[in-house]
Amino acid sequence: MKPEVVINNTELNVKERKSPKLRHWKAFYKKFKRNKLALVGGYIVLFYILLAIFAPLISPQDPYEIDLVNKLQPPSAEHLMGTDDKGRDILSRLLYGTRLSLTVGFVSVFFGAFIGILLGLAAGYYGKWIDTVIMRIVDVLLAFPGILLALAIISALGPSLINVMVAVGVFSIPMFARIVRGSTLSVRKLEYIDAIRALGATDFTIICKHIFPNILSPVIVQATLRLATAILSAAGLSFLGLGAQPPSPEWGAMLSSGRDYLFSAPHIALFPGIAISTLVLGFNIFGDGLRDALDPRMKK
Amino acid sequence: MFVFIIRRVLQTIPVLLGVSLVVFLIMQMVPGDPATLLAGEGATKETIESLRHELGLDRPILYQYVDYVLHAVQGDFGESLRSSRPVLDEIMVRLPITLELALASIFITVVLGMIAGIISATKQYSAADISIMIVALLGISLPSFWLGLMLIYFFSVNLHLFPVSGWGTFSHMILPAITLGAGGAAIVARMTRSSMLEVVRQDYIRTARAKGLKEYIIIYKHGLKNALIPVITVVGLQFGALLGGTVLTESVFAINGLGRLIVDAIRTRDLPMVQGGVLIASVIFVFMNLAVDVLYRYFNKRIDLN
Repeated sequence: MKPEVVINNTELNVKERKSPKLRHWKAFYKKFKRNKLALVGGYIVLFYILLAIFAPLISPQDPYEIDLVNKLQPPSAEHLMGTDDKGRDILSRLLYGTRLSLTVGFVSVFFGAFIGILLGLAAGYYGKWIDTVIMRIVDVLLAFPGILLALAIISALGPSLINVMVAVGVFSIPMFARIVRGSTLSVRKLEYIDAIRALGATDFTIICKHIFPNILSPVIVQATLRLATAILSAAGLSFLGLGAQPPSPEWGAMLSSGRDYLFSAPHIALFPGIAISTLVLGFNIFGDGLRDALDPRMKK
Repeated sequence: MFVFIIRRVLQTIPVLLGVSLVVFLIMQMVPGDPATLLAGEGATKETIESLRHELGLDRPILYQYVDYVLHAVQGDFGESLRSSRPVLDEIMVRLPITLELALASIFITVVLGMIAGIISATKQYSAADISIMIVALLGISLPSFWLGLMLIYFFSVNLHLFPVSGWGTFSHMILPAITLGAGGAAIVARMTRSSMLEVVRQDYIRTARAKGLKEYIIIYKHGLKNALIPVITVVGLQFGALLGGTVLTESVFAINGLGRLIVDAIRTRDLPMVQGGVLIASVIFVFMNLAVDVLYRYFNKRIDLN
């Protein structure tokens, strides 16, 4: 009888150990599902991701194919969104452009988040002079207004989409570093961290296994909201001619070429703008929903 | 209050030094040797070496940075590679235009944002509230450069109400100010709404109602003053976004401000101009933040002096 009881207890313990995490994610899912607006945001993002994946299959025409005979055509049955100044099909270019915008957004936010998380964890966990030095660097990076820091970086590296990703990524670092530092500080003070340290765990183990998983919620929320900013900033830089170069079907660059034809063919500027706005809107309301469900304290 | 201001001014010095260091280091990342670039094609090795010595490029990087800061403090940001005129002179011609644009936009941001936020909060869950919040959500997501183009298309090209581009008269100012201020107005509207909703649930507002005070006195005298505190911070942060946003707006409306000067300088690889422009815009932003902190302290006396 005795071993059976032990087995039962072990099973119970395993369930108990698993349950808080499971409960947390279940509660999150329940809360998130109730927020209809956030679901709409999620569907918008998913829609664009699917468009990016299946762009070669669903694009009616080659996005790079020049057809000067049919240039500046308004929307029609043959070209649903019309053609641009070189006769290229705008719909096909928008579909391929989804890949570029999402790639720029994800890569730059991942880059910014990775460095920001490392800096934030180091500052929050080690404190003292490490915290002071890192946070002063963060303060300096935050002292650059808007996209000016990104502009300065591009001026040094030269205009290209890869450099835009680097510039927008650097522009995101201070936000992540601040949030991670704050969360790390609050987790570090918890008693169980002291207990784990007393058991002989190394700093690396404590940070990776016990602190990082507990600060993930605000990082996910921030990353989703930063995606919106990153896509907007990258489109803005391409609009200025400092990002994607012709004939790339990047949305900001497409908009830029459309401004010269605002009088004769306003549709060239109209559709890329709608695409950027809806994708950014999707990330914004999805991020808001994630924030409310994952970390309601951040709402303030 | 005086001690607070002095302390905050002193705190800005290391930030300003840090900003100058970042700008200086970014410019060091530029590929190629500046002396070779300046000397031009076909220059002899001796000419390049003497130019390098003249520019101080043969000295350790720390010396070069200290030299750069000492010159910058005196307003010497070097000469533009394109026009050969002092960088500061060129910036000072363009800066007032950008500041005018930024101030007009901040006016739109504050007035439009706060009015929309107050209406939303006082009529929570009404059709007006929902409409304002939807427009605000859209406002945050619209790219300013696209909004600018659409405003030009509807109000300038179709309705002929405003000029398509340029700067100088009041009518030139309206579309760019709306373009630049709309995103900020959306953020301020959302912030004012949530801040007001929090304030109107406080006991002292209930007391004011119980005393029989008129609703508008409760909202404007008791509610708004307290709801303003977090809004000021948001407006301050928005000024930074606006200053950066002028780059795009000036490009859309062909306004010869500082933002357009920086973009043109990047295109022509006029690095001293980029360096000077970014540094001056950042210094303005740092001082703007200082002003916001002082205002914040004025409105919220409880703020910790540290």
